[in-house]
Amino acid sequence: MDTFSFLLQGLATAFEPMMLLYALIGVTLGTAVGVLPGIGPALTVALLLPVTYGLDAAGSLIMFAGIYYGGMYGGSTTSILLNTPGESASVITALEGNKMARAGRGGPALATAAIGSFVAGLLATLMLAFLAPHVVKLALIFGPREYFALMVLAFVTVSAAFGESALRGLVSLFIGLALAMVGIDQLTGQTRLAFGVPQLLDGIEVTTLAVAMFALGEALFVAAQGPDNDSGILAIKGRVRMTAQDWARSWKAWLRGTAIGFPIGSMPAGGADIASFLSYATERNMTKHPEEFGKGAIEGVAGPEAANNAAAAGTLVPLLTLGLPTTATAAIMLAGFQQFGLQPGPLLFATAPQLVWGLIASLLVANVMLLVLNLPLIRFWILLLKIPQPWLYGGILVFATLGTLGVNPSPVELMMLVLFGTMGYLMRLFNYPIAPVVVGLILGPMAEQQLRRALSISQGDWTTLVQSPVAAVLLLLALAALVVPMILRARGRGDALSQIGTAED
Amino acid sequence: MKHALYGAMFAAALAVPAFANDYSIMAPASPGGGWDSTARTMQEVMQAEGISSSVQVTNVPGAGGTVGLAQFVASSSGDPSQLIVGGYVMVGAILTNASPVSLADVTPIARLTGEAVAIVVPAASPIQDIKGLVDAMAADPGAVSWAGGSAGGVDHITVGLLAKAAGVDPTKINYVAFSGGGEATAAILGNQVTAGISGLGEFLPQVEAGTMRLLAVSSDARLEGVDAPTLTEAGYDVVVQNWRMVAAAPGLSDEQKAQVTADIEKLAKSEGWQKALADKGWADTYLAGADFEAQLAKEIEATTAILKDIGLVQ
Repeated sequence: MDTFSFLLQGLATAFEPMMLLYALIGVTLGTAVGVLPGIGPALTVALLLPVTYGLDAAGSLIMFAGIYYGGMYGGSTTSILLNTPGESASVITALEGNKMARAGRGGPALATAAIGSFVAGLLATLMLAFLAPHVVKLALIFGPREYFALMVLAFVTVSAAFGESALRGLVSLFIGLALAMVGIDQLTGQTRLAFGVPQLLDGIEVTTLAVAMFALGEALFVAAQGPDNDSGILAIKGRVRMTAQDWARSWKAWLRGTAIGFPIGSMPAGGADIASFLSYATERNMTKHPEEFGKGAIEGVAGPEAANNAAAAGTLVPLLTLGLPTTATAAIMLAGFQQFGLQPGPLLFATAPQLVWGLIASLLVANVMLLVLNLPLIRFWILLLKIPQPWLYGGILVFATLGTLGVNPSPVELMMLVLFGTMGYLMRLFNYPIAPVVVGLILGPMAEQQLRRALSISQGDWTTLVQSPVAAVLLLLALAALVVPMILRARGRGDALSQIGTAED
Repeated sequence: MKHALYGAMFAAALAVPAFANDYSIMAPASPGGGWDSTARTMQEVMQAEGISSSVQVTNVPGAGGTVGLAQFVASSSGDPSQLIVGGYVMVGAILTNASPVSLADVTPIARLTGEAVAIVVPAASPIQDIKGLVDAMAADPGAVSWAGGSAGGVDHITVGLLAKAAGVDPTKINYVAFSGGGEATAAILGNQVTAGISGLGEFLPQVEAGTMRLLAVSSDARLEGVDAPTLTEAGYDVVVQNWRMVAAAPGLSDEQKAQVTADIEKLAKSEGWQKALADKGWADTYLAGADFEAQLAKEIEATTAILKDIGLVQ
């Protein structure tokens, strides 16, 4: 049978009433946990794993896949409305999304996130069905040095994309990189900067830092401005739906986000967060409305949201074709496969085609369900912004604290939350961008480990970094991204550039 | 969500009067990993076989299990209903992290499962057997890069032991640590490294598909259905098993300890447990009592020695 008839057969499986029910439960739960900061899809799937001992294999895997997609989508809602990213992949969404929400354009922001997620999920799932065996061959070309080059590209484009002052952006980035050093070094097992606190041995949790910096920092900032301050939050201005112009500006960003997200997601050391950073940088470079970036540009929501969903589908490529879990959720789904005596790997497509194609087909179904479930809810979600500020921020504080403590019930975690929250407040006060800190914490350890692995494999020969064509091209791109703006500035085009760069907070 | 779950558990605990045989098992790792699935399988089987009417699993992740171990020692003393899952990885982590608590602070009950470590090369590699690989390492230790799990873990220790057995300086080995077998597998398949080392289960599907060549396993005898020699057969005196165990709280009376040991023995001998082992591909390595304690002491000593040799522990 060819791919197409397998897919049709899979759709027949996925449309069985029980399977539809499992998919519905999955996406609903996924959206709910995505909305809660800290509690991600990985934890939910893990908690549900024992519950599914009694269910059949196809049904529970379909449910897990629904949770995965739902979680990716749900994370955007709190990012946009409350500036509280639920997972690392939706940190970027908060930048433009929250600005849009404050300007009364929360409706279109949520809509472009939902539809973008749908479009990206749909295209990426189809790519998963038809291209998985080829994509995985490309992904395996990426070894440590290629990943390092990719990280360098992400660092350069991302830090260039933040803030009005490159220096302030870099200061923030380096704070993040310093925080990334905390914990046990993975390559040698030595402890760094943990000061004897056992909870610090595993490093600083990204969600703790993101929630503290964004949500707590902001709540403190608003509170510090006094009771009578009008922060200029408009619940609704204009239409809740997307306008023709919103559509025109979104659809290209969705497609570009998908094109970036799927391949990066399918790399064994890629991931949805890197995909969303690169998509944001791309949109910022390609936009016809540079003046809106940092003030609520719809492309800045559409691109990254499409990218993180496409990456979520991408991570299933190595899982299904090689048996390689590349995210925590995928690792737990792998445990789920094994629970049913199935070993995902190079032979899975051959040994259990029904299950694989059933899973791919139900991803398509889950994707449609997510859209149907979420579009009508947007009207209700944006009512959150009508809550009076003291109540809203009080609620955010409770919500953020519970979410963080729910994942890691320890006083140390709470202390970190407060500490980083204060730091986020001070950085806001002195006009330093917040996002690069979080980006540094996420990408820092990856870049460091890949560089050291590459050098370890080459026995300390630095030229290894440019000996692979892929790595060399990526590094050249990074160099261009660094140097070209400098040349433009030197030629007196600095004015135009400083207009492009505006503070995102 | 988790709070609602705890709430529900609390309500359930109130509704059912406590039995002497109620257990709470701590998995000192995140959900989904080896210790977590051991704990959850124990929970499942103990309830299904009627060994205990209520078993709860809690996860306290961090630092190779030492965060959970510290919390367990601090909070469970003298309580016979508290159990913790651990294993070989914890032995190494206690040493490399200079953990303030160690396995001497709990009451080890029994070893339950184990898995051999496997050594592979990519299918395209010119190296055909374990001797070829070890000879290459002896000629130039730095030129042979090994992809495996985290530094100081069972994979790293096995490479160290193999180097030592072959007369190669263990501090010279080029071990490239990855976060778990998955990322290491990608590096091996992509021909980024010379060889790979990880739990046999992680590599078997690739070996069956012909994308990796299995050179040797670290078990003490040949494994059924696995077409590779043991390291001992190949002439290197190395036997490593990534075992998992269960321990009880410190400060138990002899009667309490005997009761827990009896319950765990019932579990290990039960049909449900044997079936779960077969499903998951875990070996049955059940060992309890004085034999286990002696074995544990021996492993701790050997691990300390090799970690010092590799240079991870001063």
